[in-house]
Amino acid sequence: MNVPKNLRYAKTHEWVRVEGDIAVVGITDHAQNELTDVVYVETPTVGSRAEAGKECAVVESVKAASDIYAPVSGDIVAVNEELSSAPELLNQDPYTKGWLFKVKISDPGELNELLSPDDYAHHIGA
Amino acid sequence: MHSTQTLKRTPLYAAHLEWGAKMVPFGGWEMPVQYSGILDEHAAVRERVGLFDISHMGEFLVAGPNAEAVLNELLSNDLRKITVGQAQYTLLCNETGGIVDDLIAYRVEPSVFLLIVNASNIEKDFTWMNARATKAVVFDNLSDKMAALALQGPSAAKVFTEAATLTHFGIARLGIFGRQSWVARTGYTGEDGFEIMCDGADAPALWTGLLERGKAFGIRPCGLGARDTLRLEMCYPLHGNDITEESTPLEAGLGKFVSFDKGAFVGRDMLAAQKEKGVDRKLVAFKMAEKCPPPRPHYSIVMNGRKIGEITSGTQSPTLGVGIGMGYVEAAEARPGTPIQIEIRGKRFAAVIEKKPILKRGQ
Repeated sequence: MNVPKNLRYAKTHEWVRVEGDIAVVGITDHAQNELTDVVYVETPTVGSRAEAGKECAVVESVKAASDIYAPVSGDIVAVNEELSSAPELLNQDPYTKGWLFKVKISDPGELNELLSPDDYAHHIGA
Repeated sequence: MHSTQTLKRTPLYAAHLEWGAKMVPFGGWEMPVQYSGILDEHAAVRERVGLFDISHMGEFLVAGPNAEAVLNELLSNDLRKITVGQAQYTLLCNETGGIVDDLIAYRVEPSVFLLIVNASNIEKDFTWMNARATKAVVFDNLSDKMAALALQGPSAAKVFTEAATLTHFGIARLGIFGRQSWVARTGYTGEDGFEIMCDGADAPALWTGLLERGKAFGIRPCGLGARDTLRLEMCYPLHGNDITEESTPLEAGLGKFVSFDKGAFVGRDMLAAQKEKGVDRKLVAFKMAEKCPPPRPHYSIVMNGRKIGEITSGTQSPTLGVGIGMGYVEAAEARPGTPIQIEIRGKRFAAVIEKKPILKRGQ
């Protein structure tokens, strides 16, 4: 299972890429593999507030709807509009084209709560 | 997996792992939900051919001079309509007309019937039927000894050439790969194909052999995920979701599988009264009319701001690329073409009641 070294991870299988004061968020390769064929993505509204550990998006496969949790708190500043017409990007390219949303980080301390790539790999038994 | 209860495994368990299946609990069994992916497997069955392990299904044998009479008092359809080598879809009802199970009955000899019942209902059905058989019959639960495969798709007869002359809903004892099994031209996908009921010990050889032969036709091993999307596009009911002991064949639109003129059978009086009076709710099919999350069981069906029913099965149709489903609505609002709404996480999305099946052939 692919666990890139330049990202941080939530136990709930979201990844975070820090770009200045912005956190880009998506789901991990392990998560997309477990969810299987993604057919619908409900992204949060730009301008809404994400709270670390709270649901803020829904990813739906043929079989089930799964909540996505915000790894850090802050205002949603962008969402991946491409996912509305191409939800399969989450399966095909979870770490780049399949990103979900961007959060303006309100508490950088929360990043320390996230897992390192090695710890996440251990968490999923990889 | 949260259950500590031991899940049963089919004789193909090792083969599923070898083929890369994702295994899930279903009806007390550990079954493959998918191999290459539900969308890929679904497309294989609609366009080419797919192979399913359906060994979790139950097999009963009912035999003896009284077999037809005993079964005709338990099942809703009339077994006198089928001759040797033919299959019939039928329902096992309770005294109030509720559906205990749906099944296929095969007449394999003049007085010998093979019944294929749902996995999660095997024990219940067997006990139920045993307790209500009014005359002596040989009644055997073969479920633990037998395995079953379903080969489904437009190329199925090219893969299983030995069975190519079987008629639709026909059954015969046939040999393939040096093994004898019951082969029926039936299925749960809406495509041509076969269901193969064999000895458990023969299942791995049939599985491997059919996948090997099917390679030239683009065969895929298929899991329960694709089985569910395929059947829902055809509006075949799933017992436990779309039909239950609390719903009747008439409410579910299965009236043509109820024979009122064959004499007494369990549930007949209540069903006859319901037919006379008319049903209060009907199982309808619907298709979403706008882009939205896939409809799921228990979502509300709404009309003019009023809840008129609830979804029993729903998914994103892999063939049509839109949300589809079935659910019970008030009988007065059940006409095809009726605009409805589906409530998904607090939002309402437009849908239309469709004539069954949702997938019209030639689409």
